[in-house]
Amino acid sequence: MTTLAEGTAVRRPAEYVARAAGESRPMGYLIGAVCVAISALMLAPLVLSLLASIKPPAEAHEVPPNYLPRGITFDNYLKVFDFQAGFATYLGNSLLVAALTIVLCLLLAVPAGYGLARFRIPFKEGWFILLLAPLMIPYQALLTPLYLTFSQEVFGMRLANTHLALAVVHTILQLPFSIYLMRNSFESIPRELEEAAKVDGSNSFQMLRSIFLPLVIPGIVTVALFAFITSWNEFLSALIFMSKESNFTVPIMLVSVRAGRLGAVDWGALQAGVVLSILPCVLIYVLLQKYYVAGFLNGAVK
Amino acid sequence: MHRALRKNAGFFYILPALVFVGLFVFWPLGQLVYLSLTDTSLLGGGKFIGFENYFKAFEDKSFWRALWFTLKYTVFITPILMGLGFLLALLTAPNRPLRQITRGIIFLPVVIGIGSSSLLWFWLFDQQVGLFNKALIDIGLMAEPMVWFTKADPALIAVTISITWKVIGFGMLLFVAGIQSINGEIGEAALIDGGSYWQRVWYIILPLSMRVILLTTLISVIGSMLAFDQFYIMTGGNPRGQTFTSVYWIYQNSFISFKLGYGAALSIILMLIILVFSSLQVALSNRSPAT
Repeated sequence: MTTLAEGTAVRRPAEYVARAAGESRPMGYLIGAVCVAISALMLAPLVLSLLASIKPPAEAHEVPPNYLPRGITFDNYLKVFDFQAGFATYLGNSLLVAALTIVLCLLLAVPAGYGLARFRIPFKEGWFILLLAPLMIPYQALLTPLYLTFSQEVFGMRLANTHLALAVVHTILQLPFSIYLMRNSFESIPRELEEAAKVDGSNSFQMLRSIFLPLVIPGIVTVALFAFITSWNEFLSALIFMSKESNFTVPIMLVSVRAGRLGAVDWGALQAGVVLSILPCVLIYVLLQKYYVAGFLNGAVK
Repeated sequence: MHRALRKNAGFFYILPALVFVGLFVFWPLGQLVYLSLTDTSLLGGGKFIGFENYFKAFEDKSFWRALWFTLKYTVFITPILMGLGFLLALLTAPNRPLRQITRGIIFLPVVIGIGSSSLLWFWLFDQQVGLFNKALIDIGLMAEPMVWFTKADPALIAVTISITWKVIGFGMLLFVAGIQSINGEIGEAALIDGGSYWQRVWYIILPLSMRVILLTTLISVIGSMLAFDQFYIMTGGNPRGQTFTSVYWIYQNSFISFKLGYGAALSIILMLIILVFSSLQVALSNRSPAT
């Protein structure tokens, strides 16, 4: 987890900030200690949750509780795997919705970014603003009309309670960012490459495939990454749209794990579920940090 | 025809996205406006009733209470997130190994789901098995476990603590980028001039980071005004509906009481409030080059 700053080191690193704060050696030690303490505080909830997930049930329900487990068991995980329709079902739902969201975002944002960055289009600014306008509209407000639309039959299909419906909502959330990012990716490619291909007589689609796509792969990875995390974590629309128990995504399953049987919370199983739901995000963040941070800084403050 | 297609190729590339946004954002938005003027419910209805829902909203004490609570939450959490986020950014902005690792760790909870983090903290705050209570007792801040979720104010504090843990890295990372983009020479000059570290923070770093701070504050405020998951999971709106946020109250009306028309009117009122903040955000974004 050491590369976080590479994406953030814009222009000149502000070393004067460090030198100023760490001028004297004791000061440097103090700052080091503060860093370690803060890191420990931030990691503590995750570590405690992980430890709780391997505590035997009796220990998990001890009052007062203990920080460390004395015995180790994987029963809690087995319980989550067997929960109602089975964890595999909920995991499958979450993954399918996330995959559909990624596909939708890329299918829409890659061509849109290409068009916006590389073509002369009448009223281009206007279209661009229109494509980013959803940022101004809280998606929470759109859920009721979407719910009604999805429960109607359109061309003989009813989208209510389907993975596709939820993926559409997650795409609404993620599309403006995706288009913005892809437009920037396409814009950063030098003109000369395009000119050479034009001389060859390639049409715009051939150029997209053979010249541009390989060069915007970092952008595509970032779009896919954010689409996955948004979709995997999204709660409200999954709660509203997936009303059939076997259609629940992982976050909604967690809430029913807590509800438990007869009103008693199974704390060990709940934390096992929490750990499982957090794991993919943490892995992605640690492995693809460069893309994540670059995308984050690119999209957030624009 | 072929030539026309080639000439407008660019437009055809953006067309799918335009159709999607039209179909799934602007069309539902129109539907929402229409719905808000009807008495539609999941059980039937749909009669046009003019501005009836809006009049009802103005007299709905529960709605105002939810809006007021949301505002209280926003006013409470925003300074914490921005102030603490900025201090952490000052600490971790220099690109040195330990500070970069700290920065990476502080940002980590931003990537996990708010549902997962709320369930994690719901457990930590439990008065019987919760380790947060135990930790507070062990360091001597409390004598016995606290019951966090039976009163509105402790519940608000508990949610604020959990959300601060979850999103503090968001502002921090944006501030770090802002601080790092300040031209090094300005800082060097100030360093030669003498003056303490905190003077440099106050007279150089803070003023030059103002735009990022304002933008981040707006993003954060909009996020807090739309809070739902953390309250749904941690408080369930309790005690006695005192911790319903606006979105929660809209959800409650639309999908628990099935009053879709009324919920639509509440959504529009909330959307207009949010629009004030998001227009400010847009106005700020276009002014100067990005950080």
